[in-house]
Amino acid sequence: MAEAIQIQVNGEQRGCRADATVGDLLRELAIKTERVAVELNLEIMDRKDFDHRSLKQGDRVEILSFIGGGAPMDAQGKGRGFVHAE
Amino acid sequence: MQNDRLIIAGREFTSRLWVGTGKYKGFAETKKAIEASGADVVTVAVRRVNITDRSKENLLDYLDPKKYTILPNTAGCYNVEDALRYARLARAAGVSDLIKLEVLGDERTLFPDTVGLIEAAKILVKEGFIVLPYTNDDPIVAQKLVDIGCPAVMPLAAPIGSGLGIRNPYNLKIIMEMVKVPIIVDAGVGTASDAALAMELGADAVLMNTAIAGAQDPIAMAEAMKYAVYAGRLAYKAGRIPRKLYATASSPIEGML
Repeated sequence: MAEAIQIQVNGEQRGCRADATVGDLLRELAIKTERVAVELNLEIMDRKDFDHRSLKQGDRVEILSFIGGGAPMDAQGKGRGFVHAE
Repeated sequence: MQNDRLIIAGREFTSRLWVGTGKYKGFAETKKAIEASGADVVTVAVRRVNITDRSKENLLDYLDPKKYTILPNTAGCYNVEDALRYARLARAAGVSDLIKLEVLGDERTLFPDTVGLIEAAKILVKEGFIVLPYTNDDPIVAQKLVDIGCPAVMPLAAPIGSGLGIRNPYNLKIIMEMVKVPIIVDAGVGTASDAALAMELGADAVLMNTAIAGAQDPIAMAEAMKYAVYAGRLAYKAGRIPRKLYATASSPIEGML
């Protein structure tokens, strides 16, 4: 079994397999890749690379999608809005 | 009015009412309200996916992408860097190069930081985005945004979510006369007459969220807004009579006893 590493996903620490890719992480989290953006260490990934980029110790992953918005609560509730994805 | 289509950057829109999707009680209500409004453009925000507490539902599961143009925004961004980051994430997550660009200047008023807006718009236009900027009711800034390459501008009627209606109709009118791209009045509308007034002034479309989502009956208000925007547009095209201080009789004097 591959050695475990620590990464940060959407601001939370999380363990994962050392040979896992970004695509593996998304599948583990049961997140559909369409309409999702992934930022890895502040760089936006091309979705074609999800299955090719292995995660490394200390990687910071942000997974984002669309939520209801268009008005001020978005602004005031910055970071509060969550989207539910499968 | 059947061929009265709104065209922005080569895209054709059938509805002149655009709606936001925030602040509803749930996705079912959001969907019903959007349907009642007749809008074909809906704005969405970009946020972190909740990885700890997931349900199966996603807003976009309720909105058929064939029926609606999804317009992501950069709501909540108070500087150029954040706005660029969210715009790029929206494009990476999304469906198109469309972005409703917001660079806010102040938390209390949510007024746009127009200096930051112009800077961010310049960069995004160069990157191939179709930038629809949320801006102040300032004709000079509106013109600058057009000069940069924004295919439409979205001046506010009043502060976001305030429901104060159109606070400066004269500035909006000047923008409409000065700027040769579609004008979408965005933010501050409170009720149907505000939307009608925006359209009577000559706005090409109106974008709103709170006025519908915050109404006691959002679905009924969505429908009211649909008719208000339609009526306002018709009235604008029909050409109103000039305002006069004194009466002009409608019935002839001739034939009176």
